[in-house]
Amino acid sequence: MTRANETRILVPVGALGAGVRADEVEAGLALSPHAIALDAGSTDSGPAYLASGKSKYSRAAVKRDLTVLMAARAKAGIPLLIGSCGTSGCDMALDWTLETVLEVAREQGGRPRIAVLYSEQDKSVLRAKAAAGAVKPLAPMGPLEEEALDACSHIVALLGPEPYIAALDGGADIVLGGRTTDTAVLAAAALRRGGHAGAAWHAAKTAECGGQCTLNPTYPGVMVSVDSEGFSIAPLSTANRCTPQTVSAHMLYENADPFRLTEPGGLLDVADARYAAVDERTVRVTGSRWEPAPYTLKLEGAGAGPFQTMMLVGIEDPAVLADVDAFVGRMQHALERRLARTLAHEVAATIDISLRPYGWNAVSGRPPPQGAAPPREIGLMFVATAPTQALATEAAKICNPFFFHLPAGEGMEMPSYAFPFSPAEIERGQVFAFHLNHVVSVESPFELMRTRWVESAIGADHD
Amino acid sequence: MTKLRDVCRHIRSKNAGPFWITVDLFFDGGETYARHADDPAIGPDAVAVLFGVDPTQVKRFRIDDLNVVKLSYPRARPQGGAFERDMHGGQQYVPLLDIDLGG
Repeated sequence: MTRANETRILVPVGALGAGVRADEVEAGLALSPHAIALDAGSTDSGPAYLASGKSKYSRAAVKRDLTVLMAARAKAGIPLLIGSCGTSGCDMALDWTLETVLEVAREQGGRPRIAVLYSEQDKSVLRAKAAAGAVKPLAPMGPLEEEALDACSHIVALLGPEPYIAALDGGADIVLGGRTTDTAVLAAAALRRGGHAGAAWHAAKTAECGGQCTLNPTYPGVMVSVDSEGFSIAPLSTANRCTPQTVSAHMLYENADPFRLTEPGGLLDVADARYAAVDERTVRVTGSRWEPAPYTLKLEGAGAGPFQTMMLVGIEDPAVLADVDAFVGRMQHALERRLARTLAHEVAATIDISLRPYGWNAVSGRPPPQGAAPPREIGLMFVATAPTQALATEAAKICNPFFFHLPAGEGMEMPSYAFPFSPAEIERGQVFAFHLNHVVSVESPFELMRTRWVESAIGADHD
Repeated sequence: MTKLRDVCRHIRSKNAGPFWITVDLFFDGGETYARHADDPAIGPDAVAVLFGVDPTQVKRFRIDDLNVVKLSYPRARPQGGAFERDMHGGQQYVPLLDIDLGG
């Protein structure tokens, strides 16, 4: 059933590079979508991707998905919108995605007109914004500190839908976005065509993880249809289903608040939304509300910190396993004493040694319940954290003999635990951390972003 | 005593951004949901003690249509960093399984 003023958006997968299915995309095209839209990024996998600017997904995986999607886009003559390119959506990650898109365009012989929406932020601009009182913390964070800005190697602002809408108005075939809210990139095409704002945002939130809102998320694609009263959603695969429960339950997923979602320029409120089955596979949603609010952009910032070197031993020795906590405590003491005796005091003081017995309590770090049975084996992980990689590795080497040979008890013969690798130490690289959880007020949705147009056919671009 | 794991068909935890963890308790039916959804044993104060966070920052939501109670709390440390043990927060629900419920 097609409703008046309907906008159909094909969402092929929850994240570019996670694996679109060509048969699903083909099936989706048969329903005459107005746009293909998806997200390519998240903070979910941790701070390394924003701090380093590198993509979580491999280039081959991203290229493969782009190949399917760009061919479908060209065939249907509809735009392709991709938000948060290269995982973090920082400029470096966006340019990495653009290069891949241009390579696919050359291979396919197409001439897509590409809009690239940059949203990485200059620290001096943010300092001025903060000085003007335009930067506010989100719980549980405090006010923006100079040290937090200094600690970030990349800072991005999460774009709203307006730059995507402007790019479509400008004739873009492909829109590549820097960091964007997951919802904004999916809502843009429907908002541009005058769809119900609450429905467009709610549809976008529901579809942002692709098949996650269906009965069987191994089928990655969904189609959302937004009209002037509500939206409908169905999986692309006829073998899969959406039910009122799978759709409404998606508002729980990775969301601190299941009813209200703050977005640039407003708030989505789904507390009164109604979910009804249209047929076996399709759910209709009405009653979602959009409350406009002063325009703010959320900031994300991450940077690199100290370095780590790790070692791992396997232990099956029953004498150790009879009291893992006591053994780990003695090991910690022995390693710290060994470092203190080997290195200058001021150097040793910069090193942290962390022991984590996998198979016992490494995951939580909490004391196991009283009377817990001994495990059959443990993997004891050693992590040295130090200001340089060289020092972290030096610490691991200094600790190695004790880590390898510490007996289960005083006076016992020297054991050798099971190292799986030689050399035993593994240089893990730098530790990354998030430093910002703030929003910045802006005069317009375009204030902190830049649009670049790229004509792929001739390889030229202009601002 | 009824344990939380005995009246839920599914319990999960996950990051909600780098600074929050959210836990979803899917009760196994309307009856157990009605009986236990407001139990103080899964209230903000109890959750705060369990995860070592400020009780005023713990949020609890009832989602009646789904028989779900949602608990969200700030991470003691932001996701990542040198001392992270559960990058995606996916194992944080485990201490809840054996909570004793009243009623």
